[in-house]
Amino acid sequence: MARTLLDKVWEAHTVRTLPSGQTQLLIGLHLIHEVTTPQAFQMLKDSKLKVRMPERTFATLDHIIPTTDQTRPYADPLAEEMAVHMIRNAKDFGVPLFDMATGRQGIVHVIGPELGLSQPGMTIACGDSHTSTHGAVGAIAFGIGTTQVRDVLATQCLAMAKPKLRQVRVDGALAQGVYAKDVILFIINQLGVKGGVGYAYEYAGSVIERMTMEERLTVCNMSIEGGARCGYVNPDQTTIDYMRGRPYVPQGAAFDNAAKWWRSMATETGAAFDDVAKLDGNAIEPVVTWGINPGMSVGVSQTIPSPDAQPEAERPTFREALAHMDFKAGQPIKGAKIDVAFVGSCTNGRLSDLRAAAEVAKKGKVAKHVRALIVPGSQQVEKAAEAEGLHEIFKAAGFEWRKAGCSMCLGMNPDQLVGREMSASSSNRNFIGRQGSPTGRTLLMSPAMVAAAAITGAVADVREILR
Amino acid sequence: MSTEYVRKHVAGRGIPVTGNDIDTDRIIPARFLKEVTFESMGEHAFEDAKKANPEHPFNQPVYKGASVLVVGQNFGCGSSREHAPQALMRWGIRAIVGGSYGEIFFGNCTMLGIPCLTISQADLEWLQKAVERSPKETVDVDVEKQQVRFGDKVIQARIPDGPRNQLVQGTWDSTAVLLEAGGAIEATAKKLPYVSGF
Repeated sequence: MARTLLDKVWEAHTVRTLPSGQTQLLIGLHLIHEVTTPQAFQMLKDSKLKVRMPERTFATLDHIIPTTDQTRPYADPLAEEMAVHMIRNAKDFGVPLFDMATGRQGIVHVIGPELGLSQPGMTIACGDSHTSTHGAVGAIAFGIGTTQVRDVLATQCLAMAKPKLRQVRVDGALAQGVYAKDVILFIINQLGVKGGVGYAYEYAGSVIERMTMEERLTVCNMSIEGGARCGYVNPDQTTIDYMRGRPYVPQGAAFDNAAKWWRSMATETGAAFDDVAKLDGNAIEPVVTWGINPGMSVGVSQTIPSPDAQPEAERPTFREALAHMDFKAGQPIKGAKIDVAFVGSCTNGRLSDLRAAAEVAKKGKVAKHVRALIVPGSQQVEKAAEAEGLHEIFKAAGFEWRKAGCSMCLGMNPDQLVGREMSASSSNRNFIGRQGSPTGRTLLMSPAMVAAAAITGAVADVREILR
Repeated sequence: MSTEYVRKHVAGRGIPVTGNDIDTDRIIPARFLKEVTFESMGEHAFEDAKKANPEHPFNQPVYKGASVLVVGQNFGCGSSREHAPQALMRWGIRAIVGGSYGEIFFGNCTMLGIPCLTISQADLEWLQKAVERSPKETVDVDVEKQQVRFGDKVIQARIPDGPRNQLVQGTWDSTAVLLEAGGAIEATAKKLPYVSGF
């Protein structure tokens, strides 16, 4: 019987079946960061346990670090304390840490693929919901909580039930000005924010197949926003070309063997899925969220929907969203005034994202009332962007060029919305309070659309600017 | 496994939090995650939501001491932060009944011994209103039988077999169980081409 990548990866990593009926699943790569691990390490210390496979565990600092002045100690004593714990725990438990001095620091979901740590056929876990990102290389990767981080540290395993599998096919061709971010926002809008609960998503179809690895990373990143704990793309030539030459990827004959194995892990023709969803890539236009979850979105030419048009159980959430955002049903999203523009995050903080934003930044200057930040996803992205002169383009247009980190995606560092500010953001969540202000507002969109909003001072159609 | 871990049955007064897609940022905003322990989390459960809405159930004295949270659809979606179930647990929540859950949140709750049971939309709307009407009444959550009882009413509930077995057997604190696999862990790793170096 034809098998899926999920079947093969699951089987290869199964240690045993637990008394509960769940699988004891081996985790091939465990990525950790400062926010969700101090309690896990403390639990390890309390139980006198070691890290079972420190060579399969890698740490970084990303959530709390400032993106302006990064000299230690950090101005925020709570952030400093978290950094101190991460550094000390990495040292005490023999876990490699990509700190600032390594030149490899960055958002955990940017550096994993970038360094070639995340590879096809692996199981990957991290105490962060956007771990689904790593599925783009053909891995089964999912976010976990801190007590599960303790389990992986202590045993390199998790107790898990195998998810069902839905193939999400996007066929057709994307129009100019439509990016991977628009594709995933469209998928979430169509399948719903809880549509993926209980499922892994296999992304397929001609639109996905033609995507670069960085575009696939953006798509898989937001799987969790559609309720799917993990999402993946089958390894193909794009995957193999992407992996070649990365620091943690084998070289020479070993690379050829690796490539052969990676390809062998892909879903076979004729494999059965628990469900298949088909979407038309031709129908996608630049997408903007208008509400308080990532499924509440419209095409930029469309108007904000009415709660009355929704199923009854959804209406209160729609009304709450309109009230929080101060929008009216029937209002066009285009022209909505913004105060802040943010390009960055594990969704859209890679080199290709900065290039797309820079293309638009060349066309104008940041509107006077807008505060605009560009935050590279990693030190390596920062360096590569500077080598191309992207930072000069941004600075000339009035954007701030920052250091790598999670930044305003979740506002755990000083990069936060203030009061009712409205943000055009390339990040992944428009939840109430997400960007650091309890009353702040977030409009999710692609990096090019963020840049378009920044220079227009309001939500704009990037296709008109690029034309 | 010690019997203190067994969660066949949880009973206590209810507290309804209505609305769908209540994310973990809402349960505990990110600024309260800058802590190296979970100890203070209970004080901050729904902090911003409470400030924005004086009527929020977590503000109402009548629900003080409640331990069974009754929620809508997709509760706990979003961030994997265990700080969210930790905050609820430290506030006093011992079981959750609702329409559906964010999957990572569900897993985190199980890891803390908090059963999350799923009931139908009609039942959850009924139960939320019933708890509002009779906040002193006990909500009886039977994990083993997959039932929620309130007054005379018996509601059919669901919890997937794996987590149910963990809770009923008392094996949800899983490190010890996973460690029992011993050398089979390394043996499984060695068979993987990327571990052996291709």
